[in-house]
Order: sequence, then C-alpha cells, then structure tokens
Amino acid sequence: MLHIVNKSPSQSRTLDSCLRLAQDGSALLLIEDGVYAATRGNADGAALRQACGRLQVYALQPDCDARAITALLAEGITLVDYGGFVDLVAQRKTTHSWL
Amino acid sequence: MATDPNRIKKVMFVNRKAPYGTIYALESLEVVLITATFDQDVSLVFLDDGVYELLKGQNTKAIGIKNFSPTYRALDGYDVEKLYVERESLEARGIAEDQLLVDVEVLSSAQMGELMAQQDVVLSF
Repeated sequence: MLHIVNKSPSQSRTLDSCLRLAQDGSALLLIEDGVYAATRGNADGAALRQACGRLQVYALQPDCDARAITALLAEGITLVDYGGFVDLVAQRKTTHSWL
Repeated sequence: MATDPNRIKKVMFVNRKAPYGTIYALESLEVVLITATFDQDVSLVFLDDGVYELLKGQNTKAIGIKNFSPTYRALDGYDVEKLYVERESLEARGIAEDQLLVDVEVLSSAQMGELMAQQDVVLSF
C-alpha cells in the first residue's frame, strides 16, 4: 500500500494518523507541504524519522527543491521525481491520498 | 492490475473531519450515496475528528446548516452497512461507542490499517 501525505506536520495531524495506521512495509510519499516532515531537526518530524525503519519513505523532489529543503532531508528518505511518483502508484495495489 | 470492469471493487471512504466546520463530511456522504448506487463494496471509516460526525444529538437549527447526521442511519437502506470507527480516535476525544448515533464496528489502528490495505480504492475526506 502507498500512503501520500501533503500536509506539514506542524500544521496538521494527518501524518500522525497516517503513521498510526500504516502497516510495516508500506510506502509513504511526502508531497507539497508534507515534505517538511522529512527535514532534519524538525521537531514534528521525529515520528517520521522513527518510522523510516519500518516504512519506505519517499519525498517528491520538485516539492523539496521548491521549498529549498532538499539539502536538509533526514537520512532514510528517498527522493523521487514525478516519474517515480507514477511508478510508486503503479507498483502498489492501493493508494491513499490523505486529506 | 485487474481490469475486469464487472468486478465489484472495495471502496473505502475515510472521514477525518468534524461535521459543520467544513463541507468535507457532507460531501463525503454525498459521494458515498452515489457510489452505493453502483453496487460496489463500500465501507466508511471514521478517524480523528471524523468521529464527531457520528455523535448523537446534533441540533443545527441555530446555525442554519442542515443536520445531515440522520443520513448515517439511512445508509443501510442503500446497502452501505460497513461502518468502522477507530478506537484510538474515540478514546482521544472521550467518546464512548454508545454515544454514537449508528451501529459501528470499533477497530484498533492496526486493524484499521489492515482493512485499508485490502481496498481497491481509498477516498479521503
């Protein structure tokens, strides 16, 4: 299963809820303001960094670049471009775009 | 990916918003009713503030918005009978199952995550 989160963890509890439900081995793609969770030192991103061991965590590079955080990403986060985004959706049976 | 157009799909609606502050809860209900007419395997999930959609005793007279909560009780008439509520969301809000206006199945986060992964389509509201 692929989970997609587009909200900053400092603005919304969406990422918390996603992490609470996501099964081990699931993929998580951070897009739009969701990418802020993937930055080093973000207090609200701590739960995400812990989840990197059990989930495959991706961040959408165009959104990271736009926000100047690509160099600030925590370890364990994989960057993908739009093509990679499509691949992730195609590889997984179910996608949930959290609102 | 399966392409049989006649295969019944498992469609899950994830409701995570309180009822009257935004339009999401009502919009979700509208889409659920539409989906039900296509004879799909529909389930509704209530997480986070979405559990407030199901609180008994809603009275919207003084705010000028239609009280749509009775519609949840009418869903079984549309063969929508799978309503799931996350236990953690209820507990975090001090709500007991008997305060809800419709029969639901209460699931843990882990059980909810498992159910979500079994779906063909997940729509978030």
